[in-house]
Amino acid sequence: MSYIIKGETGDWEIVVGLEVHCEVISNAKLFSGAATAFGAEANTQVSFVDAGFPGMLPVVNHKCVEQAIKTGFGLNATINKKSIFARKNYYYADLPNGYQISQSDHPIVSDGYIDVDLENGETRRIGIERLHLEQDAGKLMHDQHPSKSFVDLNRAGVALMEIVSRPDIRSPEEAGAYLRKLRSIVRYIGSCDGNMDEGSMRCDANVSVRHPGEPFGTRAEIKNVNSIRFVMQAIEYEAKRQVELLEEGGRVVQETRKFDSVKGVTKTMRSKETAIDYRYFYDPDLIPLRLDDALIERLRGEMPELPDAKKARFTADYGLPAYDAGQLVAEKDIAAYFEAAAKGHDAKKVANYIMGDLFAVLNKLGKSIADSPVKPENLGRMVDLINDGTISSRIAKDVFAFMVEEGKSPDEIVAEKGLKQVTDTSAIEKMIDDVIAANPDKVAEYKGGKEKLLGWFVGQTMRASQGKANPAMLNQLVKQKLDA
Amino acid sequence: MSIDRDMVKRLGILSRLRIPDENMDEMVGELTKILGWVDQLKDVNTDDVLPMNSVVDDMALREREDVITDGGIRDEILANAPDRMDGYFLVPKVVE
Amino acid sequence: MTDLVELTVAEALDGLAKKEFSAVELTQAHLDEMAKARELNAYVIETPEVALERAKRSDDRRAKGEKIGKMEGIPVGMKDLYCTKGVRTTACSHILDGFVPPYESTVSQKLEDEGSVMLGKTNMDEFAMGTANLTSWYGAVRNPYKDKTNPDKFLIPGGSSGGSAAAVAAGLCMAATGSDTGGSIRTPASFCGIVGCKPTYGRCSRWGMVAFASSLDQAGTMTRTVRDTAIMLGSMAGFDAKDSTSMNIPVPDYTKALTGDVKGLRIGIPREYNPDKGLNADVRHVWEKTAQKLREAGAEIVDISLPSTPYALPTYYLIAPAEASSNLARYDGVKYGLRVDGKSLDEMYTNTRTEGFGKEVKRRIMIGTCILLEGYYETCYLKAQKVRRLLCREFAEAYKQVDVILAPAAPETAFGKDDDSTSDPLKMQLYDVFTVPSSLAGLPSVCVPAGTSEVNGLPIGLQVIGNSFEEEKILRVADVIESMSGMPIRPLRAGGK
Repeated sequence: MSYIIKGETGDWEIVVGLEVHCEVISNAKLFSGAATAFGAEANTQVSFVDAGFPGMLPVVNHKCVEQAIKTGFGLNATINKKSIFARKNYYYADLPNGYQISQSDHPIVSDGYIDVDLENGETRRIGIERLHLEQDAGKLMHDQHPSKSFVDLNRAGVALMEIVSRPDIRSPEEAGAYLRKLRSIVRYIGSCDGNMDEGSMRCDANVSVRHPGEPFGTRAEIKNVNSIRFVMQAIEYEAKRQVELLEEGGRVVQETRKFDSVKGVTKTMRSKETAIDYRYFYDPDLIPLRLDDALIERLRGEMPELPDAKKARFTADYGLPAYDAGQLVAEKDIAAYFEAAAKGHDAKKVANYIMGDLFAVLNKLGKSIADSPVKPENLGRMVDLINDGTISSRIAKDVFAFMVEEGKSPDEIVAEKGLKQVTDTSAIEKMIDDVIAANPDKVAEYKGGKEKLLGWFVGQTMRASQGKANPAMLNQLVKQKLDA
Repeated sequence: MSIDRDMVKRLGILSRLRIPDENMDEMVGELTKILGWVDQLKDVNTDDVLPMNSVVDDMALREREDVITDGGIRDEILANAPDRMDGYFLVPKVVE
Repeated sequence: MTDLVELTVAEALDGLAKKEFSAVELTQAHLDEMAKARELNAYVIETPEVALERAKRSDDRRAKGEKIGKMEGIPVGMKDLYCTKGVRTTACSHILDGFVPPYESTVSQKLEDEGSVMLGKTNMDEFAMGTANLTSWYGAVRNPYKDKTNPDKFLIPGGSSGGSAAAVAAGLCMAATGSDTGGSIRTPASFCGIVGCKPTYGRCSRWGMVAFASSLDQAGTMTRTVRDTAIMLGSMAGFDAKDSTSMNIPVPDYTKALTGDVKGLRIGIPREYNPDKGLNADVRHVWEKTAQKLREAGAEIVDISLPSTPYALPTYYLIAPAEASSNLARYDGVKYGLRVDGKSLDEMYTNTRTEGFGKEVKRRIMIGTCILLEGYYETCYLKAQKVRRLLCREFAEAYKQVDVILAPAAPETAFGKDDDSTSDPLKMQLYDVFTVPSSLAGLPSVCVPAGTSEVNGLPIGLQVIGNSFEEEKILRVADVIESMSGMPIRPLRAGGK
């Protein structure tokens, strides 16, 4: 059940808390009017505010505030009517002001949770301590010059939501499920695109180990891991490292480590500055951010249906098994596709086609569901054609393939290719008669007791019908004729 | 709370200022006097008084619309930079 | 034409309107005067081309009958704290060497929009940190006034807006901008015998002002008369969406407040501003005499108490450096200004900042850094912020009883550059004792010349402190004090006529 590391001195449990930085989707930066889009030429999306010029002052972007509030709803959290921006003071070349505007003891969102589904069917609730708004830093490049680093401030000042979980995570799997769920939520809300490979969602993991029931051990922080799989690997490695260290009589040092994804190991980061103290204080250029009830209620009203609610509805309204519903709601686009395809059709069958044939095709083509060559209404229609007997599920495979290739509706394809199922008894009987007439020896064998040949006759007739004969009728008629 | 040379060194590291050895004692002395002021403030009863960060703290924070109104001024951003190349600021190489 | 520099702003606006002289002539007269008085070191950069070009445009506007600004054609000095597009701005710090802002501060832009003509950037204490204008990278400023007991003594003009004060007093501009964090307008105004006004926090935009302590910094005016202050303040003040602490309140016509009458006004005399020690007898005398005259003019003089006043100074000197330590972190040799190279990033930072900042600035950064440290933050910084709120409450209580408060601006008259006290930063800070309380409370305060010292003949200013956004009341009272005091409103002509 639970994830346990078997050590020499007994069982070890791991304790993990995750800090996730989500880059907020907005046109402009958190405190300036410069653009946030990816991929621009260096330093072209920088205002004097972002570059820390003398006399420049921050003015907060309302959109970023709204995104944080909506995300707070998504985390089942408290929206704090008063939050305060504070300065975190430190020096680095990607931080032009010498401080980052963040939030310290008054974050905009606190005390929430998300429920994550595990492979064994269990659901675990992971607490969220807080979500706060802060500025992203610029980027440094080290390869252009032998003795210099290059500084690009395009990202400097872009809004981030830092989402801090409680140390409730007990296995790498839970960490992965938490991140997937969090990503799903922010994508549903549209507050972050959740792309870890592009750095718009980044994760720091606080890892410690203990014997079950004991107090928390000393934790190490693994910084900036850039994929869910790596987060899971990093936690697994780090926990084992700590167990080995402790069992050898060593001590875990509270430190910052980084994950080497090639070797699959965590390594200590140079911590030269032992004197570090961020000297947080409320930014005197800003005043407390107060949210009125009207805004909070308006945003609550604008909230989209989130994965958990959608999953419950899919189970209730469409009769889907929980597992299938969970699969379909993980991504907003998939859920939307499913609903478009299932509306008025056989939802279970539609769900099976999506999770089976469609996912396989999309995977092969490297396409997202939003770019699916098969339109959802066509998939729904195809299921109708199967259910009303127009095509067989065997023929449906062909129809589906044609839909992928040609993008046409299943009705057009069935008509053009003449794939309509033959249900006319006399036509099927005629074909059976022809097969029987052409194979008197086989008929004799059948009548002599080789009943297995029934299948052979069915197959031959089906082939003669080019697969279009209604399989059930065909079976029944072949048997009648042979036994007659 | 007392100030010693180690504290002065630490403050120098944090604020990226080098305090020459000969100025150390002077700095220790001045910081100690400042903390003396803190002792004066201890006489003031501030129970139930909230810290005041700004005299306009009670005002509503004004917010900007999410509109791109700035940027696209790379030349001006870089014009004053002591070291720049190819549209970037340059700093001594950072070893990560 | 030689007397153009002696005019007040109000007189000059009148003369320009009547075409008695042109803005170019007025500007040229001031540029000439500046050239004659360079030993004052009031300007750190003169901008004659900018000035004459703007003056010419002003004359063109008048000639064409276009819209005329409130300061149309008036030559002004600009404190080097204001970022001026295309004109070097350093806040008189070595660390901003050669910095030419690609933007114009809101206040200087408003003044330009109202037609004023910038003559140059005035000297100041480095990053506005000082009371004597002795910390400037460009050297000390000389007060145009002379101590009659020792006329050769180099007197300081007060700080941090010392260059602006000296320039206004000497006729090197008709008016100048200042900035006031803990007294930086009012102390030099008192020492140089001019009118200096720090309006309510939030009245003028801080956008484009090099920051010292953000919760205290406020732009203000330095002129030779209260009427000129009213004109200039009306041109600089106003809401700015780019400053989150700027107040969206309409700007009245301050000149209309100058009724010349104080009848029925209740004027508070805070007893805590009259300590047994630390207040010069001449200053006390001028204060008492002025209160007496105001009573005779029909005002009600009310004895009031602001009990936390003695704690204002330590409170200020904990809060201001804390904010400054963070505000000054951006000077790191990367984006602008001085860079002193080093082998590593941190070494470059440390080399640049160690060489770029002067001693007083470094001292305050160190103090501010200490105050914000874990373990100190609560007992130092938060405690000071709590006392700040108490001070505000006491002022608020006082304004239930009185309309304005009358107090000394500085405990002394101007002192010598080489006096013993100038080498002791803690002694120097005592000069802010009467100005910091209203700074902490964000209240408007105007320092107006009210008399002279019988000992050394130097000017003495008094401050009239008002409730938030009641600039009109303090200017009304200051105007009456000005007319009763008989203090000169003409410049000293340090360069000779």
